[in-house]
Amino acid sequence: MEASIAATPHVTSGQAENFATEAAVPITLRINGKEHSLRIDPRTTLLDCIRESVALTGTKKGCDHGQCGACTVHVNGRRVLSCLSLALIHDGEEITTVEGLGTAQAMHPMQAAFLACDAYQCGYCTSGQIMSAVALLNEPCGPDDAAVKELMSGNICRCGAYANIVEAIQQVRKRV
Amino acid sequence: MHIFEFIRPADQTAAIATAAQAKTAQQGAEVRFLCGGTTLIDLMKLNVETPARVLDINRLPLDKIETTPDGGLKAGATVRNADLANDDRVQRDYAVLSQAILSGASGQIRNMATTAGNLLQRTRCVYFRDTAMACNKREPGTGCSAITGSNRTLAILGTSDHCIATNPSDMCVAMAALEAVIHVEGPKGTRTIPIGDLHLLPGDTPDRETVLKPGDLITHVTLPPPIAGSKQVYLKLRDRASYEFALASAAVVMTVVGENISYIRIALGGVGSKPWRSHEAEAELTGKAANAANFRQAAEAALRNAKPRSENKFKIELAKRCLVHALQTAANG
Repeated sequence: MEASIAATPHVTSGQAENFATEAAVPITLRINGKEHSLRIDPRTTLLDCIRESVALTGTKKGCDHGQCGACTVHVNGRRVLSCLSLALIHDGEEITTVEGLGTAQAMHPMQAAFLACDAYQCGYCTSGQIMSAVALLNEPCGPDDAAVKELMSGNICRCGAYANIVEAIQQVRKRV
Repeated sequence: MHIFEFIRPADQTAAIATAAQAKTAQQGAEVRFLCGGTTLIDLMKLNVETPARVLDINRLPLDKIETTPDGGLKAGATVRNADLANDDRVQRDYAVLSQAILSGASGQIRNMATTAGNLLQRTRCVYFRDTAMACNKREPGTGCSAITGSNRTLAILGTSDHCIATNPSDMCVAMAALEAVIHVEGPKGTRTIPIGDLHLLPGDTPDRETVLKPGDLITHVTLPPPIAGSKQVYLKLRDRASYEFALASAAVVMTVVGENISYIRIALGGVGSKPWRSHEAEAELTGKAANAANFRQAAEAALRNAKPRSENKFKIELAKRCLVHALQTAANG
């Protein structure tokens, strides 16, 4: 049990409630290349940690139950749902949020394509869409629009900007 | 979400020893293994799962896909669903498994969800997920809200008067057709469980979903050597084209020699209280000609014992047509 992260790993009885602790626990998150040493409640999701503890609010909370994709970030280069992930399991891992992709002056090609294709309306799902789209560039995906739609189905857009989202992604894929 | 103690066990032995202190490994377990979190964290947010201790097994060395000495395949407990589905060997020799996994969830969720987690995926029944409602699976003895409630997506095979929850997994359906074997390490050592014996029928104890006991850690799954010349199909029918659970699905592994079926394995999804291997349908087809009449006969046999509720009678015909179409596709393949 030496690798235990919690404050009270020693087991003394079968009464589960005795083991619970309200104590915040230490964590080091590497977000967009920068280390953040924090103390967090173990219940904190990666999403809440990114937004509330690190104050990077580009990542959005939609459903908070893994059904909408607004919270998509990259962990070690792969897209995941930060709302269904405890921050603690990502201690030491490389996390990329939309803020780490590019800047207003030097946009990631996918960000520029979303702008050029008008691939959003209200914008709430957009950072999740872009994070998914960037990860998709490194995933097995057929060349046609149908393949892109299938792999983007985990990102819901209530405004219905889907057609332009697919167009933006295809523009970038043709260039890469 | 209830407070819990987060522990990253140093190794498998420590993980098992800690988990073995729980009174149950079923609904209400005080200790849970956490990997992808796509089921567990969701249910903890809903207070359906309230473990006092959460054991992070993400860093245990259970993330390999390896060829076994007999020519089969071994998939570690923490292999991500996306990696299993996109593995060259799986795509070549166990295509039904790759198709099934890729038909489920989303790209993000498949990057998180794991082999063992998918095996233990919980039902999407809305009453199970809502602590304000009666549910014998979540809280034994409170009744089943689904039987007289919203049951359009729920099970028609293997149900009881206590629970009609559907097993939502696609992966498990393919694994049932491939006759996967689940490898478990527990406090008393290792053992193997054929996938057909992992999940329990609800009966009058729907809170007990598997044969797993406290401390039992699924370490990996093995697939038998590939069936030479087999055609494999996973067909999934649902309310929208992607990112949706099955209303009905069928996994077929079939070998046709000449005109006749020499090997057939069939499992259904979206309709059963557990991943539904249909020995009845297989018996109808073994040694028979691969034609539409026999396929329909097999589908009739598979659904013969179906028990529909107020909103899901349509699933009987849907599941039959799903199976017939999957068989036809395999025969044409």
